[in-house]
Amino acid sequence: MTQSLDPISQNLTKLPPAFLAWFAAKGWSPRAHQLALLEKAAAQKSCLLIAPTGAGKTLAGFLPSLVDLKDRPKRKLGAMKQGVHTLYVSPLKSLAVDIARNLEAPIAEMGLPITVETRTGDTPSSKRQRQKLNPPDIMLTTPEQVALLLASKDADRFFDNLTTVIVDEIHTMVTSKRGDLLALGLARLRTFRPHVRMVGLSATVSNPNELCQWLVTQDDPEEPREADLVVADGGALPDISILTSEERLPWSGHSARHAMGDIYQQIKAHNITLVFVNTRSQAEMVFQQLWHINDDNLAIALHHGSLDVSQRRRVEAAMVDGTLRAVVCTATLDMGIDWGDVDLVITVGAPKGASRLAQRIGRANHRMDEPSKALLVPANRFEVMECRAALDANYIGDQDTPPIVDGALDVLAQHILGVACFSPFKADALYLEIRQCFPYRNLTREMFDKAIDFVATGGYSLKAYERYAKIKLTVDGTWRLTHPRVAQQYRMNIGTIVEMPLLNVRLTSAKRGTNTRGGRVLGQVEEYFVDTLAPGDTFLFAGQILKLEGVREADAFVSKTSAKEPKVPSYAGGKFPLSTYLADRVRSMLADPESWKTLPDQVQEWLTMQQAVSVLPKRDQLLIETFPRNDRFYLMAYPFEGRLAHQTLGMLLTRRLERLRMRPLGFVATDYAIGVWGLKDMKHMDMGALFHEDMLGDDLEDWLADSVLLKRTFRYCALISGLIEKNYPGKEKTGRQVTMSTDLIYDVLRDHEPDHLLLQATWADAARGLLDVRRLSDMLSRISGRIVHNSLERISPLAVPIMLEIGKEPIIGEANDMILAEASDAIIAEAMGDFETAEAVRDRQQEKKRERKPRG
Amino acid sequence: MNASHVAKMDAKDGELIDVSAGLPIKLGDQTLFAHAAGVLYWPDQETLIVSDLHLEKGSSFATKQVFLPPYDTAATLDQLSRLIKAFKPQRVVALGDSFHDGEGPDRLSIKDQLVLTTLVTGTEWIWISGNHDPDLPDHLGGRVMEEIVIGNITLRHEPTESPKNTEVAGHLHPCARIRGRGRTIRSRCFVASSTRLIMPAFGAFTGGLNVRDAAFDALFPGGQYHAYMLGSKKLFPIANSSCLPG
Repeated sequence: MTQSLDPISQNLTKLPPAFLAWFAAKGWSPRAHQLALLEKAAAQKSCLLIAPTGAGKTLAGFLPSLVDLKDRPKRKLGAMKQGVHTLYVSPLKSLAVDIARNLEAPIAEMGLPITVETRTGDTPSSKRQRQKLNPPDIMLTTPEQVALLLASKDADRFFDNLTTVIVDEIHTMVTSKRGDLLALGLARLRTFRPHVRMVGLSATVSNPNELCQWLVTQDDPEEPREADLVVADGGALPDISILTSEERLPWSGHSARHAMGDIYQQIKAHNITLVFVNTRSQAEMVFQQLWHINDDNLAIALHHGSLDVSQRRRVEAAMVDGTLRAVVCTATLDMGIDWGDVDLVITVGAPKGASRLAQRIGRANHRMDEPSKALLVPANRFEVMECRAALDANYIGDQDTPPIVDGALDVLAQHILGVACFSPFKADALYLEIRQCFPYRNLTREMFDKAIDFVATGGYSLKAYERYAKIKLTVDGTWRLTHPRVAQQYRMNIGTIVEMPLLNVRLTSAKRGTNTRGGRVLGQVEEYFVDTLAPGDTFLFAGQILKLEGVREADAFVSKTSAKEPKVPSYAGGKFPLSTYLADRVRSMLADPESWKTLPDQVQEWLTMQQAVSVLPKRDQLLIETFPRNDRFYLMAYPFEGRLAHQTLGMLLTRRLERLRMRPLGFVATDYAIGVWGLKDMKHMDMGALFHEDMLGDDLEDWLADSVLLKRTFRYCALISGLIEKNYPGKEKTGRQVTMSTDLIYDVLRDHEPDHLLLQATWADAARGLLDVRRLSDMLSRISGRIVHNSLERISPLAVPIMLEIGKEPIIGEANDMILAEASDAIIAEAMGDFETAEAVRDRQQEKKRERKPRG
Repeated sequence: MNASHVAKMDAKDGELIDVSAGLPIKLGDQTLFAHAAGVLYWPDQETLIVSDLHLEKGSSFATKQVFLPPYDTAATLDQLSRLIKAFKPQRVVALGDSFHDGEGPDRLSIKDQLVLTTLVTGTEWIWISGNHDPDLPDHLGGRVMEEIVIGNITLRHEPTESPKNTEVAGHLHPCARIRGRGRTIRSRCFVASSTRLIMPAFGAFTGGLNVRDAAFDALFPGGQYHAYMLGSKKLFPIANSSCLPG
């Protein structure tokens, strides 16, 4: 039920005089939603607060605890220590640290007798020990630490005085395995303290009811219970615009080079600008390009996940101090940390999701009464449409946060062992407790028993390991740990974040190869990417083309090369796929020429041309185009279902084409479309049959049997579930060793027990994660009977951006760019043909003139 | 055991071994036949050689509470039984590390014990002892030896640096990696020069050591070897220059 906010005056009486005085001294007045949360606390009710950034969300969450703790009697000397009163859980260690800092000010200024401490993976073990003996009143921590605290023998005593749990940024956590782990932990806390209040803090989401259900006990799936919902006033509508550059809009790529001058001018015109990009490599590139034209020496910094922690902290500190003018950053700055007076947010490239855009825009201007200012910079023509769709969505308040899926089985297994580490448990009681968690509300008893069996002895139908069990059913009907060593191993391996094995990219010379000790480290790259390479292969890394010389232990040795194009396109790690919601809006936009009026002229011209040369699909149709080009035959399809689903589709299509002896040579997948090319013309094929849903049957099975992706997913599940362990007491297994052995385990398990719990968990992950099979399956059923196939004599305008992606990645360096530009022009001229306007030709000639070096 | 499991096992039992799926390798003055399943058959001596079975590796991990699928011993013995049935050797030499650890024989299930005893008593069976199983118990049957010389070839577990005789050994679990069609493939392999041969590991849970690892340098000076990579139905001879590190 949504709380309608009472007039502030009625509620002010709920705030003690000291607090009122403090607000007054600051020149603030308490906001309606802050007072509403006080009221919820007084009524002992759990609640979800949805508020935009800058609305004083965090203070609202803590205010009831501060008021309550103000009057908590001081401990008498020698009396029992009082336990934690309020537990705050955040998805980020740095957010917990930041919140602690923000809480200290009001506590000190009002002279409140309240202690606040953080407990994260970075907290030294001596301090953690001390915290157990002498806990703070308010503890700020992460889901992993909650699980660890719950697995200790005195967990119930530790939480004896707990009244409130605050879950911050709850909308980002509930859709991940960390959310599952936390949900299970909260159910434990409710068992210890039945009246504990849960308070969720969230940005705007598409389905707040789900979050309200997630926060409280569920005892009947038919009649879900919900926490009360408090929605803060949305504040001023954001002021968002799309950059209209004088420059020509690129056809493909993600570098947005054309817009750097405009971005720089915007930075100059504002105090602090956040420049968001979608990938780490993009961040590097934009950063370099901005410095290239930074004639005024503005303080522009870089912030992304691969950078050294100390460097990131320095940038964060400089932002808080206000000494920076701009920070180029990735998703690492998406979340609620308060970085001072940001007055402009620029997002380079498409935001990929309406809610993600809203979240980023919220980073600007923490005074909610003034509009946040944001500028979208699309990097290519498809992205213009995507930005437009996201912008429309943001204005009308639509959200596309993903739904909460059923809880993961590997996390469940980890939790069950954690429960056993605390104390012996009865299966019946634990099953009831777990079913009360929203993500596990549909868990069957059969699956739960399988999970216990898995924890005990691996869960195999062949019972060979009974005598080595980790937990055993004893005569009193409880499951007990068999050995304290099991608990020790559990503590070392807790968590759901499995680090990908990374290799150092080390520079050597072609002559020395791997016969070298040193060599400068250029950065780190995922091991599985290197695994797809052979020595001699070239790839793009850190802005240059490198040749792999070889791999030795944790080092990938590379040399510089004069190659013009990398042989292997670089791995697009960290890219988010286009959200289903935005995809649908882009498809509608394509189908409706009326809506093009809001798009830049160049994009309108492009779409008009496509309409004339080929066709534009209706919203529910799938357009397929076939055409020959340079001895090759191409098939382009435009499903708009995101890169991951398209990649899976590409794998399956090429398998299918191979079997039909169509001799496919390769494919390319983008967020919007997929292109397949081969040696035979595909125009006479039955497209309905080629894109039939049955490809998700045997073809998918066959492909998955050997899929590296699935084996990697299996490895993560094996680690999270505790089947194998990353860390043993006393020695650490390296990522490489683990990779090898899990592949063998996977093969034997698939052969002998294909419906094993861990294979089920792996499949569930793959279906919604790396392979996005679920989305692909939805798409195939959506387009069934609605395929429009257009056989063309030559490439169409819509196909150009996909064509340009083939075998190319944006490369830094003028010479390379010119080669790319020329290669592009040839294709564009072919696609636009006679329809090209005189204006476009003139634009391009001017551009060429600019690029050409002055003679003499 | 569930239904799908049984069905899978039946299908495997029905599969016939193609004894020609391999390649002859000349070793000294002898010709041995390397089979794609990872065993070596010596026609003149009617001897089948198999190395590094690592039986009960799964249960060995289980004693440390790491519960790998408990099907490795059955899978390994099943495959070996079918090869023995197909080649009908007079003599079988298990070239060491037949069990993953010293207590392995005691952990065999009754069913696996029965399968193993049938195999051991059906031929002249020789256990070469390895570093994982230095003291094999008598009740397994067969003869336990440190090494054996047959027709001028020494069969031992660990390869020696400058052997007197031509030598067949195991221990290293060789595997090789090559590239093709834009991706790389890694599989177990035999490694052979004209005077020595290293067997691939046969056990279901045995990992591999890349032939480009330093451990092979001393055994094959100058990289004078071929890797015979195990395919699903064929053996593929690969020159050392085509083998990739890593």
